Amino acid sequence: MTLLDMIGPVMIGPSSSHTAGACRIGQVARQLLGQIPTHAEIGLHASFAKTGKGHGTHFALIAGLLGYAPDDARLPRAFEEAASADLVFNFETADLGDVHPNSARITVSGNGQTVTVLGSSTGGGVIEIVRVDGFKVSFSGGAFTLLTRYHDAVGVIAKIAGLLAADQVNIAALTCDRDKRGGNAMLCVELDQSLGEAAQKFLLSWPGMDWVRMVRPVMDAGIVAPVLLGTTA
Amino acid sequence: MGADGAASDGRRDRCARAAGDDSVTLDEILNAPSPASQWVLDSDCAENGLSPAIVKEAMRSRIAEMRDSVERGLASAAPSITGMVGWNAKGLWDAPDVLQAPLLRRVQAYAMAVNEENARMGRIVAAPTAGSAGTIPGALLGVADHLKISDDDLVMPMVLAAGVGKAISKQMFISGAAGGCQAEIGSSAAMAAAAVTELLGGSSRACVHAAAMALMNTIGLVCDPVGGYVEVPCVSRNAFFAVHAVSSAQLALSNLESFIPPDEVISAMAQVGRMMPLELRETAEGGLAQTPTGLAVTARMEGK
Repeated sequence: MTLLDMIGPVMIGPSSSHTAGACRIGQVARQLLGQIPTHAEIGLHASFAKTGKGHGTHFALIAGLLGYAPDDARLPRAFEEAASADLVFNFETADLGDVHPNSARITVSGNGQTVTVLGSSTGGGVIEIVRVDGFKVSFSGGAFTLLTRYHDAVGVIAKIAGLLAADQVNIAALTCDRDKRGGNAMLCVELDQSLGEAAQKFLLSWPGMDWVRMVRPVMDAGIVAPVLLGTTA
Repeated sequence: MGADGAASDGRRDRCARAAGDDSVTLDEILNAPSPASQWVLDSDCAENGLSPAIVKEAMRSRIAEMRDSVERGLASAAPSITGMVGWNAKGLWDAPDVLQAPLLRRVQAYAMAVNEENARMGRIVAAPTAGSAGTIPGALLGVADHLKISDDDLVMPMVLAAGVGKAISKQMFISGAAGGCQAEIGSSAAMAAAAVTELLGGSSRACVHAAAMALMNTIGLVCDPVGGYVEVPCVSRNAFFAVHAVSSAQLALSNLESFIPPDEVISAMAQVGRMMPLELRETAEGGLAQTPTGLAVTARMEGK
């Protein structure tokens, strides 16, 4: 959290939680898929479901999936823009369990891939991504975030940390979760700089490494000061 | 976190500690050398690896965005989608000043102008939320224009407002869904009160007590938006709490203080937020939203 999250974001109204935060959750989902999805199934929880319509939550989420930022003037027309982009979507009410009342689960697919993201909008446009493909994660979109899915084995995290260090990338925070011992695992690492593209490709080439994504910041500090946060890396 | 706490001046130790804590408290701001905004800027930049110049430039552009939304709001009487609001700011701005209280009228009109732009899905600056976006421009730009102070002088008070918001958010979620309206408008009023106090030369201690007095007098306020729209009571509420923030600054500038220490006020508010029933936390299932007129608006909008 930075000062720019408290006075900001600059946004299209009417609700920082239901509009700007929802848009940012959509932006993260789009980045995790790696492209504008062709299909999106969206489950709205509690307050998102109850008062989302009045707050433009639906079109803000779609705007995020299209890659629009919260201040994009096209945000209120996101449904029409989605039709032009061949994005088909469906909304439903969902009980997502013990999460913040402003939460959404988004399953996006396209180009043969599917990703499911559960994100919460915690106030003032601040978000928290809490699940990716069912694995527990924790990131805010305030920093570059590396997500990897791999076969659980001894030393994988050490190898990834070594790769980050070799690329001069500092780790800010880290969460790891797995479905079972020796099963599938997901590592979520918030970084002070972006991992270079060559290093990302190298990481994906490792045996047992299934999936690698680098999520760019969606919060203002990361956008306002990209050089300081290392987009040049 | 990843910041190494290096500060650009002699307050290195303080900044390093703030970085380690990952956020500041109101008490830390209160004890910072005046003006409080400089310490807030240094410690946030140390924590997040941002340059103070970039943060100040971003604040400057946000003040310009706020001013733009005030101007659009004062000029327009176009109704929102629901038809509940849209003409209030212009109506007040164009009406005779019967009370002969130009500051009061300006603060109220600016605040409503921003929230009516917000309700029309216009471009605004969340401060800290969109529903409470009018309070800070109402209080800070309103006072500045009344006293003919330039926007350049608002940059550091705006930094302080953000720092106060951050200290509040350390203890509680800033959203109506989590903590009721007190969490949104209480936060914006506290942020605005601190900013106005610093603008008018208040010490760090006075700024934080202004914030605490504003906050303690919003405790218990529920979030009951009609139809779930950020319109009624949100638009008029921003007018009221912008004035509330200015009142709080006036008390603090006269050296009046909150009897309850500022951080204890935040925790009291957070506790009340946790006790608040779900019906009164932005779900439109209680209060004004459940009046016959409120229900009629909901039914009408669902038919659309």
